[in-house]
Amino acid sequence: MKKYKDIILDPVFNNNPIAYQILGICSALAVTAKLETSIVMAFAVTFVVAFSNYSVSLIRKHIPSSIRILVEMTIIASLVIIADQLIKAFAYDVSKQLSVYVGLIITNCIVMGRAEAFALQNPPTMSFLDGIGNGLGYSFVLLFVGFFRELIGSGKLLGYSVLPLSTEGGWYSANGLFLLSPSAFIIIGLMIWGIRTWKPEQVEED
Amino acid sequence: MSHDSTKKTIVVALGVCLVCSVLVSTAAVGLESIQEQNKKLDKIQNILNAGDIEYNSGDAEELYENKIEPVVIELSSGRTLDKNEITPELQPENFDIKKLSFDPDYGTDIDPSKDIAQIKRRPRFMIVYEVTSETGGIEKYIMPIYGKGLWSTMYGFIALGKDLKMIEGFTFYEHGETPGLGGEVDNPNWKKLWKGKTAYDHDGEVIIDVIKGKVDPTNKNSGHQIDGLSGATITTRGIDQLVKYWLGPEGYGPFVEKMREEGHNEEV
Repeated sequence: MKKYKDIILDPVFNNNPIAYQILGICSALAVTAKLETSIVMAFAVTFVVAFSNYSVSLIRKHIPSSIRILVEMTIIASLVIIADQLIKAFAYDVSKQLSVYVGLIITNCIVMGRAEAFALQNPPTMSFLDGIGNGLGYSFVLLFVGFFRELIGSGKLLGYSVLPLSTEGGWYSANGLFLLSPSAFIIIGLMIWGIRTWKPEQVEED
Repeated sequence: MSHDSTKKTIVVALGVCLVCSVLVSTAAVGLESIQEQNKKLDKIQNILNAGDIEYNSGDAEELYENKIEPVVIELSSGRTLDKNEITPELQPENFDIKKLSFDPDYGTDIDPSKDIAQIKRRPRFMIVYEVTSETGGIEKYIMPIYGKGLWSTMYGFIALGKDLKMIEGFTFYEHGETPGLGGEVDNPNWKKLWKGKTAYDHDGEVIIDVIKGKVDPTNKNSGHQIDGLSGATITTRGIDQLVKYWLGPEGYGPFVEKMREEGHNEEV
């Protein structure tokens, strides 16, 4: 039982795909200007990693090594299309804002990385949980970044005004830098610093 | 059968493709009706927004059916197409600006020297959404517009009042401008600035101007000037150009003139 818990929780702090392995940065920069898009993106990636891990693991003993990557890509691409279709059907407004980035989950290194590194060697249930765990790790970073970018950049959270803007009669003057992608680098950088101060074993040797 | 035999490779490849294609097509077909409904509702809400018509999420469709009359016009002559000229592609529910502008039959190249909105091609026909008032006359004209911003082509609507001079509403429904800077085109406070501004002077020349910075209300030109978006010089210029293009002789100019000649702008 402990083992399952570790599989899920390990990727959140100890082995976070973004903060420790520095994978999947692209979408973490692109969709985190608002908390709402971050949340939907986090769900989509978790869905795709979990099910791609599960499916790859199910057929892991039958995949010929010569087309291993192709099979994985086909599975991942199909799941991404399904996730995209679901978002378009049930969260239309968000899907317009996410635009191409849902499709780009296909190229997210986390998905492919987990299929290669974990699902090919482990049974389906464990692979599924590993997918959920890594999805949570990714989600954690996305929500963290999205929270601060929306709050500092537009004084809002989920579209509700938290810090009243000076342009709308309040006192807070929004910092536009936080709406631009580079700010995500700064926040992720500070976050990695924080995590590695808390868990010094993650610091890389020079 | 070994894992790496040719036969096994082909069997696995085909099997994976088959299962995946079934899943993908099930999702696509099964969700299509909901997605179509979303798109339709989204478009209706955008048109209502542009026309500054208040609606609740429940009654948007009904309001649209009752109040709004889409007409198809030919841009170059400004004339309204008859019912029998409207091909399936030009039906309001199928009308797709992007598709039509690149269609050899329905689209046309724009002379680069006149292409201030930087869109290269445009459809030869457009839909104008006429808002009918309770007494039966036309209250507003809502027209689709688009043009290049900083990162993206911005698609939106501009609404003219029945005098065909006063702007009644302005909105973009699709753009990829920087959130917080150019993306502020979505800010309701900025969109409100358009209402009541004058688009044409007495001679029918386009005089609306999106300027850099804030409009000085004491300036005699302030009646046809709109605040630029701070921190978004190129988006602001793009909006200025695309509005000038679409209201001008290359865009809805001929239509607006025709409507004026026919006396639609006179008080009834």
